[in-house]
Amino acid sequence: MLRFLSTRLWNGLLVMIGVSFISFMLFSYIGDPVNNLLGETATVAQKDALRASLGLDQSLVVRFFKYLGLAVRGEFGISYRNLEPVGQLLMSRVPATLELSLCAAILALGLGVPMGVYAGIKRNSWLAQAMQVVSLIGISIPSFLVGIILILIFSVELNWLPAFGRGDVVTFGSWTTGFLTVSGWKSLLMPSITLALFQLTLFMRLVRSEMMEVLRTDYIKFARARGIVDRSIHFHHALKNTLIPVITVAGLQLGSLIAFSIITETVFQWPGMGLLIIQAITFGDIPVIAAYLMLIALLFVIINTVVDLLYFQVDPRVRIA
Amino acid sequence: MTDITLDPAAIEAAAPSGWHRFLDSDFVYNFRRSYTAMISASVLLLFVLVALLAPWLAPQNPFDPAALDLMNARIPPAWIEGGQLKFFLGTDGQGRDLLSVLMYGLRISLMVSFWATLFSLVVGVTLGLISGYSGGRIDNLIMRLADMQMSFPTILVALLIDGLSRSLLPRSVHEQLALFVVIFAIGISTWVQYARTVRGATLVEKSKDYVHAAKLIGMGPLRILFRHVLPNVLGPVLVIATLSLGMAILTEATLSFLGLGVPPTSPSLGTLIRVGNEVLFSGEWWVTVMPGICLVVLVLAINLLGDWLRDAFNPKLK
Repeated sequence: MLRFLSTRLWNGLLVMIGVSFISFMLFSYIGDPVNNLLGETATVAQKDALRASLGLDQSLVVRFFKYLGLAVRGEFGISYRNLEPVGQLLMSRVPATLELSLCAAILALGLGVPMGVYAGIKRNSWLAQAMQVVSLIGISIPSFLVGIILILIFSVELNWLPAFGRGDVVTFGSWTTGFLTVSGWKSLLMPSITLALFQLTLFMRLVRSEMMEVLRTDYIKFARARGIVDRSIHFHHALKNTLIPVITVAGLQLGSLIAFSIITETVFQWPGMGLLIIQAITFGDIPVIAAYLMLIALLFVIINTVVDLLYFQVDPRVRIA
Repeated sequence: MTDITLDPAAIEAAAPSGWHRFLDSDFVYNFRRSYTAMISASVLLLFVLVALLAPWLAPQNPFDPAALDLMNARIPPAWIEGGQLKFFLGTDGQGRDLLSVLMYGLRISLMVSFWATLFSLVVGVTLGLISGYSGGRIDNLIMRLADMQMSFPTILVALLIDGLSRSLLPRSVHEQLALFVVIFAIGISTWVQYARTVRGATLVEKSKDYVHAAKLIGMGPLRILFRHVLPNVLGPVLVIATLSLGMAILTEATLSFLGLGVPPTSPSLGTLIRVGNEVLFSGEWWVTVMPGICLVVLVLAINLLGDWLRDAFNPKLK
């Protein structure tokens, strides 16, 4: 267990070091901060003075560690575009993205897993066949198109739901939530469906094929021979083993949701981290890009480590290996 | 079976050519029995032909300003009131015939995703072969790199590479290289799958007798890898390539939709959807929906074909 944990943590640390080095290189070499601060007309002496006062004349290694030190405290410099500290700017966008991703995750798991179980048990029924067809279309349609079609139907034609924004939000300290207002829920509906659809079809297909595989195994046949009712076989014996790979995939997909939310947020102008990073990329706002890179890498490392540990707990076979 | 000829000349003449052997294979037999495979293959073929022949097939050259007339802007598709048969799918805000724009868009989409898939295939297969065959440190390094990249979704990797290239390269250089940048970004974000599969297959192949024999007669490792091992691991690679072509088309469309990806001067299907999205609220739904349908049908056909290929190459299902 300890060895397993330590290799995982070591891998995660390597990723973080790699990413933060890239992030540091971007931050210090692409948008040259001296030129950005002084403009084109500054003399060489002025530039050198500023360079010294900012500590930019020190060696690469020293500056890298300084950068890391600041990053740990959440300081990533000033955004070129919004002229706000990047750390604050990112943090103010985190709630919107997390609420959206959470809703999408609940939708995807809450619908995808039962649908997959059904399609796996009654695989010849017309409903299961229909699900299979729909799921194939689901993985062939890009999520931004889903969003556009939803907007076209429910905002442009029917005028039921707002096409962009978060609606009214309630503020708690540094957290803003749309869960407490009607307009917040109305605004959340279409983006979360858009974000969930791909993952939903993925879960459905995964659970279905795992379920079918498990139902073919000997211990299920043996349970049948013992005269155990189907209901108990399906949900007590089969589902347990089906869910092991689902845990891994679900965990990794949670990270994907946060990445895919970039697209959904652009379609619905949802004021989260994804919209911020797209605007930063088109504007060339390096400090924001650098900080986002670190934040997203940290998020993924944490998620991957937790998923591995969960897997270790759930599946005793891994522990022996 | 009335008479059996033993005339050597006749037997020689009847020896099946490569093409006939291909037609007799299980692969073709399965293909001809599956309607899904045949239909999706024909749809794909049709799309490829349209894309290749776009300059000759398209009713209008949408990039020639002389051919455009603003009076023709915002005409709905032919089957809707106000539509004209001349512009079967309608026109966009600049008076461009949507059908022609679509054909050219398809060309860009297919071209970018094809080269991106090929690029990732070459990188992935090469690294996979080297990794599996050499083992030890090189293997460790390549696989560790793969693990790192796998922990991030491909779309994020492609988006960041493409996005950062905008800040890294001067504007004029970037405009010239934009297409290559997209191809590189999509390609480099998907090599891991190939590398892992090929590495696994190479590990199995390298302990087989034919590899030992090749070593004994003094062949170099590169020659063994590419001439002898490679053909034996290509089956699964083909399956991955088909499925990832679909993904590459979607990734390219997504990047272009987000305003990254291909330059606006050579619009792909994703760019067209982005342009259409901007006029969504003025009721011109066709400018968005037509490229959308085109994209979905194309990717669906590729995915169906990929699914079928995977089953056809899976010995467990035979």
